[in-house]
Amino acid sequence: MDIFIDLGRYTRLLYEAIRSATEYRTYWKNLISEMVKTGFDSLPIVMLAGSFTGAVLTIQTAYQLTSPLIPASTIGAIVSQSTIIELAAVISGLVLAGRVGARIATELGTMRVSEQIDALESMGFNSVSFLVVPRVLSGILMFPVLYVAAATLGVGGGLLAGIMTGTVPIADFMKGAREYFFAWDIVFGLIKSIVFGFVITSVSCYKGFYASGGAEGVGNATTNAAVLSCIYVLLADLALAAILL
Amino acid sequence: MIEINNLKKSFGPTLIWENVNLTIEDAETLAIIGKSGSGKSVLMKHINALMVPDEGTVSIDGKNINELSYVDLRLVRQKFGILFQGAALFDSITAFENVAFPLRYFTRYKEEKIKKRVMECLEMVNLGDIGDKTTAELSGGMRKRVGLARAIVLEPDYLLYDEPTSGLDPETSDEINDLIIHMSENLEITSIVVSHDMHSVLRVADKAAFLDEQKLSWYGTIDELRISDHKRLQQFVTASEYSISDENTRKGNHF
Repeated sequence: MDIFIDLGRYTRLLYEAIRSATEYRTYWKNLISEMVKTGFDSLPIVMLAGSFTGAVLTIQTAYQLTSPLIPASTIGAIVSQSTIIELAAVISGLVLAGRVGARIATELGTMRVSEQIDALESMGFNSVSFLVVPRVLSGILMFPVLYVAAATLGVGGGLLAGIMTGTVPIADFMKGAREYFFAWDIVFGLIKSIVFGFVITSVSCYKGFYASGGAEGVGNATTNAAVLSCIYVLLADLALAAILL
Repeated sequence: MIEINNLKKSFGPTLIWENVNLTIEDAETLAIIGKSGSGKSVLMKHINALMVPDEGTVSIDGKNINELSYVDLRLVRQKFGILFQGAALFDSITAFENVAFPLRYFTRYKEEKIKKRVMECLEMVNLGDIGDKTTAELSGGMRKRVGLARAIVLEPDYLLYDEPTSGLDPETSDEINDLIIHMSENLEITSIVVSHDMHSVLRVADKAAFLDEQKLSWYGTIDELRISDHKRLQQFVTASEYSISDENTRKGNHF
């Protein structure tokens, strides 16, 4: 029963967010600040996660491809394609579910239990337009940027690991990466990142916006936001792969 | 004028109150009193539609606020200023910016005029220049004053106070009470004070509404309250007077 109540309230929140998306005068200042917090501030962790994922993938792929019949360029092809199609979007999605999702749920949850959201409403503000719309929009706009950073650093990290460990020469790695490069893979990765950005920010806004019960309530909202965001990112990943590939 | 007709509110199976009828005249100060958990703050939140009743209506200047479109409701809400229990200051901005906040969004004032109006309001609540202090740097009393300055910055017709003296020492409580009296006398604002602090209620209010046993149990002027023979109301008032007396005794003010 609770799941239907949650679904109903989440849908209503989204409906209100879409309805008030035209009130840009209310939220544009918040949008800029949210884009900085969600995008710019998340760059270091996403770049770190992306580059290490690429590096580990190169080393492990080289370890598994032991046959002399398989050319070294295959490593470049596997690493670059896996990173672009799957790993850059999913790894950054999971990292951001914790970083961005937890921050949003905590911020809104604290505002809810300390009556700051009531204060906004009582002044005549549309609190959804003021708080939810800029956060969700920042996710939709900035996650693709973070995906590009993660994918670039992922392939770069893979290349660097190949050179440093001597498992694949730079020319072979680049040859494989170029041979199996398809523009659609990047489009697919970008679509994923937009969906993940929407899922993480909207779920976290929902959990924070309807938090109740003081500090414990905010704690629960934060935990639920991070956990549910991770689960929905994985489900969305599966659904998008099944539909678009 | 605020008119509350046959209001009923429940949270799930728990009835908070029902059949609540109240009329609050312009420039009047009404205190909503009752024990903790009697639904005083809940009733206050119905007055500007922060909560929606299960039954009944709330009319502001003749308009039923529960039937208004969202845009019209927001216009009605702008007639209200609210001092929340914990002040509800936005902690991501400075105290000054908290007061300036409604002006930046709801007026076309230039920066100089915003600063002038904010300073006016801060002086009205006896704070003066608070510089770039963050909300975390303010004491409880200062937070309430900044909250009050923010509530009056758009010159509202109605001021709602949710437990304005809770958590404050007696001296600061008296200062807040003075401010409430000043607001209603000098600015002719209609005020609703939600409180269980009878010392404060007896000082600031013209009338009182007593919520008890899930209904509006008693309603009248402060003079009527003093001589009322309503048993539970008298128990409530007497218990509060004892606690004031105890507080004075603890402070050494024997009389």
